[in-house]
Amino acid sequence: MLLLPCPWCGPRNVSEFGYSGEVVTRPDPRSVTLTQWRAYLYLRDNRADWASERWFHRMGCRRYFTVRRHRLNHEVHPTPDDGAAPKGQP
Amino acid sequence: MSRRYSAWALLRHGITGEAWPPAWRAPELKPSYSAVIVGGGVHGLATAYYLAANHGVTDIAVVDKGYIGGGGSGRNTAIIRSNYLTPEGVRFYHRSLRLYERLAAELNFNLMFSQRGHLTLAHSDTSLRTMRQRAEVNKLCGVESEVIAPEEISRLVPCLDTSDAVRHPILGALYHPPGGIVRHDAVVWGYARAADALGVHIHQDTEVTGIDVARGRVTGVRTNRGPISTPVVVNCTAGWSTLVAGMAGVRIPVQTFPLQAAVTEPVQPFLDPVVVSGTLHVYVSQTDRGELVFGGSVDPFASYSTRGSLEFAEGLAAHVLQLMPSLAPMRLLRQWAGLCDMTPDFAPVMGRTDVAGFFVDVGWGTYGFKAGPVAGEAMAECVATERTPELIAPFTVDRFAEGRLVGEKGAAAVGH
Ligand SMILES: Cc1cc2nc3c(=O)[nH]c(=O)nc-3n(C[C@H](O)[C@H](O)[C@H](O)COP(=O)(O)OP(=O)(O)OC[C@H]3O[C@@H](n4cnc5c(N)ncnc54)[C@H](O)[C@@H]3O)c2cc1C
Ligand SMILES: [Zn+2]
Repeated sequence: MLLLPCPWCGPRNVSEFGYSGEVVTRPDPRSVTLTQWRAYLYLRDNRADWASERWFHRMGCRRYFTVRRHRLNHEVHPTPDDGAAPKGQP
Repeated sequence: MSRRYSAWALLRHGITGEAWPPAWRAPELKPSYSAVIVGGGVHGLATAYYLAANHGVTDIAVVDKGYIGGGGSGRNTAIIRSNYLTPEGVRFYHRSLRLYERLAAELNFNLMFSQRGHLTLAHSDTSLRTMRQRAEVNKLCGVESEVIAPEEISRLVPCLDTSDAVRHPILGALYHPPGGIVRHDAVVWGYARAADALGVHIHQDTEVTGIDVARGRVTGVRTNRGPISTPVVVNCTAGWSTLVAGMAGVRIPVQTFPLQAAVTEPVQPFLDPVVVSGTLHVYVSQTDRGELVFGGSVDPFASYSTRGSLEFAEGLAAHVLQLMPSLAPMRLLRQWAGLCDMTPDFAPVMGRTDVAGFFVDVGWGTYGFKAGPVAGEAMAECVATERTPELIAPFTVDRFAEGRLVGEKGAAAVGH
């Protein structure tokens, strides 16, 4: 079972959460080229080790947060900036 | 040829007790090849086979970090069909189904391809509408496909609960008679054996750890068993494909998600067609051995782990029992997972890349086993002629930057 550390509710079973993907930085829509915008939409690092991810506590406080998760062994670490949405993230 | 499998060979070996020759050799790793194919799943092996058979290119190494068929090709639920949603997709998978129909004879290997029909259930007006659209697109492309009513569904699959006293009543189904299932391991082994017979080298336990590129061209690969120089590298590594592409400095829009499946104890044959329900996130078929094979949607988050989860087994059981209540006493025997290389539009990524000599055949998601033959045939042509065959032109990697996505999700998200 995978437990995720919600910064507001504490560790909860992963089935309570929604996964909203790798943390990506949204380019500035006023100066971005179409190619850059599409790269932002479609390209991800998809690493087989540590990744920073956004999660949504769907069945709890309904807030978003960021964790570092290992994609192979599912070890999870909270991140210090919990709660503050990076640019371009919900 | 003495290596041919036949009734006569079976009789001879049965009487003499003579050992069968290995189906493929374990040759020495050469320092250079005309082409290196990374990944020994159905895609890598089919590409090697068609390069040798159709284009006379035999100086090929297929390298796999584990054993052949150890990736998705040995873990899938083996559904073959061509009733997709887009004309590009339908044409492509239709060609694959045609190749599958004569593949056992061509490879001299029993693939147990069983065209028992394929049913996709509609539980809502919206899904019925998508199925009508699919049926029309299919027919225009020459693919047998039609929407049928609950009475006919009951006749084909009597154990389905077609009453309207359920949470998700069955309103109709897309029926695809030529669809079916195949013995997936046999397809992998058949291609491996046929490619080996034509001179292709298959190297298991050989992991590619780097790709050398000089002045925009591939010059070789590095492996745990030493370097190989080669002008051509084909990336057929599915769930691991972004990692291998990254070694050549190429980015592809793929994210890796596990997909789980499960199988029950064997029972008497009672289920003929493959049955899929997108709404209930589940599909089921019965193998020739009598086991029921179940699958569903990918896990809800990206991962490279092939661990199964209790959530999956529970959800699966609940949903299957809504469709077929009489299965309640059956027991699950095994549950497993494989890695799927998901793309944003549920269509593959195939062909040349910005690095000369570096080809990709990836983005096979949850639906790529059925595409093995056509993808191998097209990739072989692409490599041998250095031109993109018309059949795969819609699937090139530049479609994402150019904004021409193929939009196959409506036909591939659950019914792989
Ligand atoms: C549970 C499940 C059910 C499915 N059901 C269906 C279905 O019903 N119908 C259907 O059409 N499709 C289905 N699929 C999808 C299908 O299995 C895959 O799309 C298909 O098998 C991909 O084949 P492949 O040859 O591209 O990759 P794989 O078979 O995954 O092979 C890739 C190989 O690359 C090797 N590799 C990776 N990295 C390296 C490296 N660095 N160096 C060397 N080798 C490397 C791996 O060891 C692996 O053997 C299903 C998948 C799963 C997991
Ligand atoms: Zn919470």
